[in-house]
Amino acid sequence: MTTATDRGAPAVALTGITKRFPGVVANDDIRLTVRAGEVHALCGENGAGKSTLMKILYGMQQPDEGTIEVAGSEVRFRTPADAIKAGIGMVHQHFMLADNLTVLENVVLGAEALHGIGARARARIAELAGQTGLRVDPGVLVEQLGVADRQRVEILKVLYRGARIIILDEPTAVLVPQEVDELFDTLRGMREQGFTFLFISHKLDEVRAIADSITVIRRGTTVGTVEPKTVTSRQLAEMMVGSELPNPETRESTVTDRAVLTVAGLHLSDTGGRAVLDQIDLAVHAGEIVGIAGVEGNGQTELVEAVMGMRKADGGSVLLVGRDGAITDLTKLSTLHRREAGIGYIPEDRHRHGLLLTQSLWFNRILGFQTRKPAVNGRWLDVEGARADTRRIVEQFDVRTPGIEVPAAALSGGNQQKLIVGRELSGEPVLVIASHPTRGVDVGAQALIWEQIKQARAAGLAVLLVSADLDELIGLSDTIKVMLRGRLVADADPATVTPEELGSAMTGATTGGEVQA
Amino acid sequence: MGSLRGKLLPPVVAIVFSALLCSVALIISGSNPARALAAMVVQVGHNTTAVDIINSASIYYLIGIAVAIGFKMNLFNIGVEGQYRIGAVLAAIVGGELNLPPVLGQIVIIVVAMAGGALFAALPAILKVTRGVSEVITTIMLNAIAGGIIALLIKQGVFGVLSNNNIGTRPIPAADWIPGLSLGSAGTVFGFVVIAILVGVGYWVMLNRTRFGFELQASGESPTAATAGGVDAKRMIVIAMLLSGAIAGLTALPELLGRDHTYTLISPQGYGFTGIAVALLGRNNPGGIAFGALLWAFLDQSAVSLDNIQVPREIVTIMQGAIVLSVVVSYEVIRRLELAAEQRRVGSQLAAAAAATTGSAS
Repeated sequence: MTTATDRGAPAVALTGITKRFPGVVANDDIRLTVRAGEVHALCGENGAGKSTLMKILYGMQQPDEGTIEVAGSEVRFRTPADAIKAGIGMVHQHFMLADNLTVLENVVLGAEALHGIGARARARIAELAGQTGLRVDPGVLVEQLGVADRQRVEILKVLYRGARIIILDEPTAVLVPQEVDELFDTLRGMREQGFTFLFISHKLDEVRAIADSITVIRRGTTVGTVEPKTVTSRQLAEMMVGSELPNPETRESTVTDRAVLTVAGLHLSDTGGRAVLDQIDLAVHAGEIVGIAGVEGNGQTELVEAVMGMRKADGGSVLLVGRDGAITDLTKLSTLHRREAGIGYIPEDRHRHGLLLTQSLWFNRILGFQTRKPAVNGRWLDVEGARADTRRIVEQFDVRTPGIEVPAAALSGGNQQKLIVGRELSGEPVLVIASHPTRGVDVGAQALIWEQIKQARAAGLAVLLVSADLDELIGLSDTIKVMLRGRLVADADPATVTPEELGSAMTGATTGGEVQA
Repeated sequence: MGSLRGKLLPPVVAIVFSALLCSVALIISGSNPARALAAMVVQVGHNTTAVDIINSASIYYLIGIAVAIGFKMNLFNIGVEGQYRIGAVLAAIVGGELNLPPVLGQIVIIVVAMAGGALFAALPAILKVTRGVSEVITTIMLNAIAGGIIALLIKQGVFGVLSNNNIGTRPIPAADWIPGLSLGSAGTVFGFVVIAILVGVGYWVMLNRTRFGFELQASGESPTAATAGGVDAKRMIVIAMLLSGAIAGLTALPELLGRDHTYTLISPQGYGFTGIAVALLGRNNPGGIAFGALLWAFLDQSAVSLDNIQVPREIVTIMQGAIVLSVVVSYEVIRRLELAAEQRRVGSQLAAAAAATTGSAS
């Protein structure tokens, strides 16, 4: 499959790149050589330093040491504009498009000097689209486009500015498997035409499917460059992690027939009257993990927040069965009372919903537990109790911190998440709602969090898991429900379903009933 | 952050900076900064200046705490001005009209003052939680309305009586005063200073040791995280606003019960804005606010002694303005430096720990 050949000087050569931030060395003596006309993948865990490196290559940050060569000559980028001039373009993980402008307007925005904003620009876009297969109607508003089309617009944007070397930052993170295949076909076609790609990802199967060579980064430094044909995904992963891999796979079933959470007819409309949650019926049993699959923005966030009482549902009921069998009708209760009834909540955005960043770890321990022991005694805070229990969490959940007095903001993402998981599993909950529990955390923290969720399940807890990571969903869940446009449209059996089948159900390609195995 | 250096450095930097700025202003206007500074320091030992500073500071302290309660919840209660004046006039009316026996009289007057302040803060609170109206706008407007209400209440024939060419409420009988501590020729310290200190202690306990204080700080720092943690944000807004208003209602009582005994047309105004400055200076910390209140009172007193040596008294206003501005800037700068230092410290400690474990393992 390798079509890249040595065409003289490498397209990009990074030598000895070092970048320090307060508290961390993000990049340490990185070496990376990208041949012209290849797809070069850059792999590493979250926080390994991939993004920093790409920001350096794209001129968004300056390295403290090291040199950058493009096509054999040394360059020094002060701003992204310098990098663009040198023919480097970047497609960010989070799209940078103006929703209220058309595709054409988005593409020419900031590059009006190249081909104007009228017919010439339109012609150039059509030419690029014909050449690369990135077909999008230039007259349509971006807000009407799906994720995959938006990504095409982003790629067109950098091509329009003359990029020959394109950095793709986690391009598949937002795509379902079918869209990933389409993207890869496009990339292969463009590679034939001499475009060079730097492909950042930590999804190893995808990397092996598309890349001509793979460079692995671990803890800010390059571990090595390998040929995809000569390594397995597992070997790659072990290069990334430097040790044995975690596995989301759950052991034997512990599902009982005792429903802990029963949601019936839950309905929620947005301000425009559109149904965001449409007649949701859902039961989670003791010892069961129910996974919710879905492309983001199909109502998962709203479902979780409605169950937590953070949003007021327009209709339907939510019942919770306590450890002693007592049924609590949560429908009209506040978030606090729902928590007291026995719900632990691992929010999808830990900075917005999980932590008080400038406050100490023990202060954060109290959040959500401000009416319960050991952190609080009646109307009074039990500071010693909170401190002691925070020490327990730090110990038991392996939160790497010099102490419990440091502000939460000083911890890394994985350690912040471990603190939250530890806190939410305190106080003997009967139900844990976990939204993207391992998003943006390192592999070590991921393994620990998975293990804790499995233990909670084994101990008879009910778990409602929302995740965009299909491997995580399939590995952990006992039942998977697919959510589309505010409705639960299909069930899947995690023992038999593949990520591809789940993906097509998520986009609505398969409708109704059981997802075919 | 947590460190003492982070707490003390910003005000010191700010005071030094504004002293320099004022020196420049003095030199430009043809005065000698050293002489002015000496006069400011020496005045403290003269006559009743020291006692006057403490008395003013107790007033500034109360209103500073009132503002700080709002700040902690991310509420900018500019309305403390109107709230304290409404509290004062209601307290003066009740005290003057009712002729209550000692102890009960003081208690009733204090309760009425707090209730008046809280009541006047209730409207912005309700508008904010039900209609999302910014408390800044509503409280500014209510400050103007407060002036009108007060003028109406102390009109002759309503609750006002004419005495010494001034219209005011009926004087509070001596039995309901709070006696001061006389220091002879050095002046008399308001008895209410003790209450101000108790309010400060109560504020600290509330903030650091009660569930309510936790919820207040959590909501102030991150309303979204507080909501997810089960804190009722609307309820917190209402309670914080009412509490802020109630404490603001106490502001005029040191003077009312210790010196003036009546609320008149010329009773002092503008403490509310001093309170905002003092709360900013003290970073909402009870100790810091005490320091800010004393500093502000000291500068106010300095105006008189500067007049005596022919230095323009406006220099004090420049200094007060410069201090507030530079304190806000230096806190922010030092806060960022401290956070970066903290992250570095955590990073290096963890790296050292990791090195130690891998070292022992290999």
